[in-house]
Amino acid sequence: MGREPAKPQQQGQETDYTVDQLVAFNRYNPDIFPDLENSVNEQTYSLESNLCLLRLYQFEPEKLSSQIVTRMLVKALMAMPGPDFSLCLFLIPERVQMEDQFKTLIVLSHYLETGRFRQFWDEAAKNRHILDTVPGFEQAIQGYAVHVLSLTYQKVPRTVLAEAINIEGLALDKFLEHQVANSGWVIEKSQGRGQLIVLPRNEYNDPILKKNTAESVPLENITRIFPILS
Amino acid sequence: MANDELQSLDLGYDPNFVPDSVKTFVVHLYRHIREKNVYEIHQMYESSFQSLSERLFKDTPWPSVDAVAQYVDNDHVFCLLYREMWFRHLYARLTPTVRQRIDSWDNYCNLFQFQSFCQYRAKMKNKNEQEIALLRQFDQAWNVFGVLNFLQALVEKSTIIQILEQEKLGLEQFTANDGYDYNGGSNVLKVLGYFGMVGLLRVHCLLGDYHTGLKCLQPIDISQPGLYTIVIGCHITTIYHYGFANLMLRRYVEAIREFNKILLYIFKTKMYHQKSPQYEQILKKNEQMYALLAISLSLCPQSRLVDETVNSQLREKYGEKMTRMQRYDDEAFAMYDELFSYACPKFITPSAPNFDEPLVNYNQDAYRLQLKLFLYEAKQQQLLSGLRTFLKVYSTISLAKLASYMEVDEPTLRTILMTYKHKTHAVDTAGKVISNADVDFYIDDDTVHVVESKPAKRYGDYFLRQVVKLEGVINEMDSIKLE
Repeated sequence: MGREPAKPQQQGQETDYTVDQLVAFNRYNPDIFPDLENSVNEQTYSLESNLCLLRLYQFEPEKLSSQIVTRMLVKALMAMPGPDFSLCLFLIPERVQMEDQFKTLIVLSHYLETGRFRQFWDEAAKNRHILDTVPGFEQAIQGYAVHVLSLTYQKVPRTVLAEAINIEGLALDKFLEHQVANSGWVIEKSQGRGQLIVLPRNEYNDPILKKNTAESVPLENITRIFPILS
Repeated sequence: MANDELQSLDLGYDPNFVPDSVKTFVVHLYRHIREKNVYEIHQMYESSFQSLSERLFKDTPWPSVDAVAQYVDNDHVFCLLYREMWFRHLYARLTPTVRQRIDSWDNYCNLFQFQSFCQYRAKMKNKNEQEIALLRQFDQAWNVFGVLNFLQALVEKSTIIQILEQEKLGLEQFTANDGYDYNGGSNVLKVLGYFGMVGLLRVHCLLGDYHTGLKCLQPIDISQPGLYTIVIGCHITTIYHYGFANLMLRRYVEAIREFNKILLYIFKTKMYHQKSPQYEQILKKNEQMYALLAISLSLCPQSRLVDETVNSQLREKYGEKMTRMQRYDDEAFAMYDELFSYACPKFITPSAPNFDEPLVNYNQDAYRLQLKLFLYEAKQQQLLSGLRTFLKVYSTISLAKLASYMEVDEPTLRTILMTYKHKTHAVDTAGKVISNADVDFYIDDDTVHVVESKPAKRYGDYFLRQVVKLEGVINEMDSIKLE
């Protein structure tokens, strides 16, 4: 098997193939190092390509770039509630994880994993220099907070929501207005205790919507008896 | 170094002496292979080879391949096969030297007549002295790369993924024919590709890359019997690594379900494997999977997913430990540590040692990291067990009351409730939420409403299987002609 990375013909024209395609064809080829590192620095995110890069670092630890791994981990936090952050940690040598910026990110991940948003936002505020390297960080974490709240609550007090997404006052009013218009949120006034936000029902916060998966059989299982039925 | 070792080694036996019984053994085996007598080949490997090893080669290797070659017309393929058996015996009973370990990998590659690995190696030889010296240092790393590339190439060249996809659409038969097609074509490449996927799952798990490991296995539908279930050793290896990867990804229900199935299967069939050379290995993996099941159930107490037979075995082995694991104190974490260490795969650190620094053993690094991260996860879930006990006895409860029972303040309780939701709802790469919750709830303002979960039985799948079975019976009856 050749060691040259298998790319489409037009070499140098990087837009002709995505990093995911490159990974699919060269999963164990150290020659794609630069492409993988570049992809971490870009705006896009690919778990596959990041894991591939970490795997290559495992083989040649002296090539490991703290800057690249930091950026990768920040992006992995943004992929919450997905397991991306721990998937990366499984592949990063322990002595590397001892570096300060990684310790900080691990603490931040711990707060998110255990629903402690107040502590998370406090700690994040102290570490803007690490987190601001990736645009959209705050919005991504707010998205995760809304996800967990939607699993947990049918109706959530405004103060609890404010703490989880770290938005208050007028900005929160604006945020709510947007959610009411676009995502089916409803604002209820409860007597003398501030607003109550009614979140859209889903199968995790409403037992009635819980799908009975036992009743359904995937089509591909049924195809097996087609020859018999005909 | 390996050569010096060999030279200074007093063998204490004559590697070229071939006892009569061995002569008979190779001659017969060679004949059966030429005659494609699968039953006899199987018998000879499973029982004659074992009993001869037991009788004559308890603590020495079998006679060298060069010594037996004359009895089998110097047949190239047979000699490769004999060497493979020679190495398997060596690994099972003795301690192979470095040289022997390298040779056995070479032989393994040769056995499949697979050239790309050799080409890849040969290419390295074209490099200059300095590069070779460097590469030699990185030998270990290149070997793991070699294994991965080798397996990946088998999967790609066999086009097994496309074949399985076609099968799902009902356009091709693979599983039912053990990979043979109707035109009498060989199944070797296809089957190698198929097992290559299992190999990739395994190697990725050893590296700690659970996501990629599972992705490599994805073309195989693990919920159905398939080619991987035909060979018991492969069946067990597949499920062991599949279950372990799911456990690390917090997909506990999936891990529990598959561990339960295979443990029940081993329980019912293990007496048929007592004479198999794999028997010891079967028992070892059996015990390890009980330990993994104990861990999974401690983190996700869904015992209704576990068959009664498996459950009683589990209680016998780990009942007491599981009770202690529920307490989430220091002793409980010592239990998690003990069970994980006993049952986890032998993780590998693929990088070469740093020659500039004082030599330290780093072979435990990979294991220690996985253990540490696992225990970290268990600690993040330590308050959930207490929460469960209260959720189980209430249908509704106010946050204030629950907080006082759990001896925390209300904001802390809210974080615990959200942790419960997050930890019991895994999200896959497609963004789909997979619920692992044994007890579920929702909060309406400041009241927790508990949702009782009903056991889900998969009737559909059961009926489908019975339809296929019935069709088989009817076909068989149709083919019987009554005189």
